[in-house]
Amino acid sequence: MPIELLMPALSPTMTEGKLAKWLKKSGDTIKSGDVIAEIETDKATMEMEAVDEGTLGQILVPEGTEKVLVNQPIAMLLLDGDAKGAVPKANAPAPAPAKAEAAPAPKAAAPQPVAAPVSKPAVAPAPKASGARVFASPLAKRVAANAGIDLASVQGSGPQGRIVKADVDQAVSGGGARKAAPAAKAAAPVADFGQPYKEVPNSGMRKVIAARLLEAKTTIPHFYLTIDCNIDEIVKVRKELAETGVKVSVNDFVVKACALALRKVPQANATWTEEAVRLYENVDISVAVATPEGLITPIVRHADKKGLAAISAEVKDLAARAKAKKLKLEEFQGGGFSISNLGMFGIKEFSAIVNPPQVCILAVGAGSERAVVKNGALAIANVMTCTLSCDHRVVDGAVGAEFLQAFQALIENPIRMIL
Amino acid sequence: MSDTQFDLIVVGGGPGGYTAAIRASQLGMKTALVEKENLGGICLNWGCIPTKALLRTAEVYHLMHRAKEFGLKADNIAFDIDAVVKRSRGVAAQLNAGVKHLMKKNKVTVFDGHAKLMPGRKLNVTKDGKTVADLTAKNIILATGARARELPGLEADGKLVWNYRHAMVPTMFPKTLLVIGSGAIGIEFASFYQTLGSKVTVVEVLDRIVPVEDAEISAIAHKQFEKQGMVIKTKAVVKSLKRNANDVTATIEQNGKSEQFTFERVISAVGIVGNVENIGLEGTKIKVEKTHVVAGPYCETGEPGVYAIGDLTGPPWLAHKAGHEAVICVEKIAGLHPHPLNVLGIPGCTYCHPQIASVGLTEQAAKDKGHQVKVGRYPFIANGKAIALGETQGLVKTVFDAKTGELLGAHMVGAEVTELIQGYAIAKTLETTEQELMHTIFPHPTLSEMMHESVLDAYGRAINM
Repeated sequence: MPIELLMPALSPTMTEGKLAKWLKKSGDTIKSGDVIAEIETDKATMEMEAVDEGTLGQILVPEGTEKVLVNQPIAMLLLDGDAKGAVPKANAPAPAPAKAEAAPAPKAAAPQPVAAPVSKPAVAPAPKASGARVFASPLAKRVAANAGIDLASVQGSGPQGRIVKADVDQAVSGGGARKAAPAAKAAAPVADFGQPYKEVPNSGMRKVIAARLLEAKTTIPHFYLTIDCNIDEIVKVRKELAETGVKVSVNDFVVKACALALRKVPQANATWTEEAVRLYENVDISVAVATPEGLITPIVRHADKKGLAAISAEVKDLAARAKAKKLKLEEFQGGGFSISNLGMFGIKEFSAIVNPPQVCILAVGAGSERAVVKNGALAIANVMTCTLSCDHRVVDGAVGAEFLQAFQALIENPIRMIL
Repeated sequence: MSDTQFDLIVVGGGPGGYTAAIRASQLGMKTALVEKENLGGICLNWGCIPTKALLRTAEVYHLMHRAKEFGLKADNIAFDIDAVVKRSRGVAAQLNAGVKHLMKKNKVTVFDGHAKLMPGRKLNVTKDGKTVADLTAKNIILATGARARELPGLEADGKLVWNYRHAMVPTMFPKTLLVIGSGAIGIEFASFYQTLGSKVTVVEVLDRIVPVEDAEISAIAHKQFEKQGMVIKTKAVVKSLKRNANDVTATIEQNGKSEQFTFERVISAVGIVGNVENIGLEGTKIKVEKTHVVAGPYCETGEPGVYAIGDLTGPPWLAHKAGHEAVICVEKIAGLHPHPLNVLGIPGCTYCHPQIASVGLTEQAAKDKGHQVKVGRYPFIANGKAIALGETQGLVKTVFDAKTGELLGAHMVGAEVTELIQGYAIAKTLETTEQELMHTIFPHPTLSEMMHESVLDAYGRAINM
C-alpha cells in the first residue's frame, strides 16, 4: 500500500517550511537514504531523506511552495508491489501557488486602532504583514470578513490547506484549528508617509527571528550584568600558540571559559518551565553566527570537555557551514547557553536578547587597549567588556554575577582552562 | 499473500462497490470484489442506465410527434415495445462488460457468489448454497445496495403489479397504468409510459409530486405532466389492489373518499429497503436502522475494519453518492485525509419529461434552517436556445444566503437540466459566492445562460428579463 510522505519536522519548533526543491520526480525509484527533497526551514535548507524504498508516486506539494505545514502529505511513495498505475502519468505539478507575491499591503490606509477582541478569537482583520498569500474559498473569505476573522489565523482543511467555510465557522465558534503561531498577529498596518521604498520579502528565517525575538524580549524578564575582563594573558598565550602554529581566537577562549564557568554555576545552563527549572547536564554552547539571511546559532557540544584547539576547529567549521546553509538539524537545535560576539566589528559593549528556551546569553565586545588603574597607577591593559543577559525567572542577580566572576577569573588566567 | 487474503474486499459490485475496488487498486491495495449477480449493480443493469435508454426512446418518439413543428414530415409513427426493451438491455449489457474489463484492468479479483461476513474480518462466499471461497481481509466494505420496498397488498407479482424491474422489461404495453409513488423512480416510469401513449395515473401520499424537490419545481412539473394528460392524485393512498384476470382494480382514497379505478398494470415505486439480510450482520456491532446500516462520516460501521457505503446506508440513495462514498472510504482506509461527504453537495437528477435537477437546499429548507435568502428565477421561455430547441417550459431557480452570498441551492426543471446541474455543483464545492458566478462567462447561445441569469436575478440584475 502506498504511504504518504509527510512534511518532516526538522526542528522541534518548526511548524511549517518551504518545499524548496524536489530532487526526485514522480516515477523515480527511491532507495532508503536517498535525498528526495530540499526543505527550507526557519533556520536552514535541509535535505529530506527517504526512509522507505519504493517508487515516488504523485507529488502533492509542488516545489517552491511555502508554508507547508509539518505532517502535511507532500507526496506518495509506492512500495514494492504497489500498482504502477498509481503513478500519475506526466505528473505536471501545478504551478507553485505560494510563490511570494508582492505584498499588497494597504498603503495610506489609516491605521485602525485594534479594538480589544471581544469574544472573537482573532484580532481585527488586519492584513498579514508578511504578505503571504492566504488560500481560501470566496465564501470562506466573505464569512471571515463578516465575522471579523483574520484568515491568516485560520487553519485550512481543504485541498492543500485551502481555507473553506467550515474552517472559518469553526474559528468563529471558538474551537477549530488555529495556526500555531500567528507571528504577525500584533502587527498593525504600517503607516506610509510617501517615502519611496522597495520591499524585500521576508525569508522564513527572517520571520522566525522576528517572531522568536519579539517573544523573548516581551515575555522574558531580562536584566543585564556587565564586567570588564583583562585579556593580557590571553593575548600573550595566543601569541605563543601562534608561534607553535596553533591559531586560536579570543572567542575560542570565551567559549571555553563560559563552558567551565557553567560547570560552576549550572543555573545559567538551564530552561524555565512552569513546573520546574531544567538544569542541563551537558554543557552545550550556542555560538551566534551572522549569515546573509540572519542569525543562526550552531552548537559546540560538551564544550567543557573539549580542548581549545578542538573548540576552535569546530567553531570555524560550524560557522562556515552555517553561512552555506549546510548545517544539520542537531547542529543548531538545543544548546544551553549562547554567546554573541561583535568584537570583530569594534563594538565595545552591547546587550543581547536571551535565546529561549535558554536563560542566559553573553554579549562579547572587542578587546582593546585601555587605560586601567593597577596598584594605584595608570597602566595599559587589553580589556574586553562582556554583558550577560539573564532571564530573571531562573537566574537572580547574584547567580549571574557569580557566573561572570567565574568567567572573568578564567579569562584573566587562561592557564586555568587547561585544568 | 495467498489468493484468499486481501487488503480490501468489497461486497457488492454496484457503482459504490466497483468504484471502491478501483480506487483501492489505484492506491496499491490487493483488492477483491464479491458480486452475486451483475457487475455494475442495479444502477447499471436495472436502474439508472437502462431507464435512460427507455426514456431516450420516449424522447425521440415525442419529438417525432412534434415533427411538423420543426418543418419535418413523419407519418405512421409507432413503436415496437420488444425492440425498445431490447435496445435498453443492450445498453446495460455493454456497460456490464465495461465494468468487467475495469476490474481486470485494475487487477481486482472478482468472486461470483454471495458473501457473508464471518467473525475476524472473514467472508464466506457461496454460490447456489455451496461454499466457493473463504476470504480474509484487512478491511471490508459492504456495498450490497437496496431493493424495492414491498408494501402489504401492493406486492409486485411481475404480471399485473410491477416493480422497477418488471417495468423495465415489459412484454406488453399497458393502455392504462397506475404508478404508486412519485419519487424519482415512479415519476420516470410514469413519464416513459405516458409519453409512449399510456393513460397514466400517479398516486402520491404527500401533498406534491417529486416531494424532495423545491415546491416551485414540483408545481411546474405537475402542470407539465397534467398537460400531457397524466392524472396526478396527491395526498392520496392506494388502499387495496384487486388483481383480476387481465387488469387490476385499485381503491384509491383521496380527500377522505374512496374511489375505484381499473388499470391494465400497476407499478409500485414506494421506496427502497437496504439489503441488510443474510450478509452476516447479526451478532456484530454493526447497527441497522430502518433497513439501512448506520455508518459514520468515513463510512465506518460499529465493527472495526468493516465499512458500509451506498444504498445500504442512509439517503440520498443515488449512484453518485455511493461512488463518492466509495472513494472517501477507501482513501480513509489508505490513511489519506479525505473530507467527509457533504450531503448538500450531492446533485439529484430525475429524467422525466420535463427533466428535474437540483443541488443543495430548497428555498423552504433554507428558510427553515434560518437563512435569510435571496432567490433568483429565470424561465426557459426567455432563453434564446430554449426557444430554438422548442423547449420553452421550465425554470432555473437559485437560492442564496443573503448575508454571505453562499449558493445554498439550485433547482431546475426543463430540457437538459440534468446536464446543467453540475455547474452549480462545482460552484458549491469550490464555495463560490454570487460574485464568482456573476463573473463567470456563460457561452451564448446555451441553456446554461439561464444559470447565469438566475444568479443575476437573485440580486436584481438579470439582463435578459
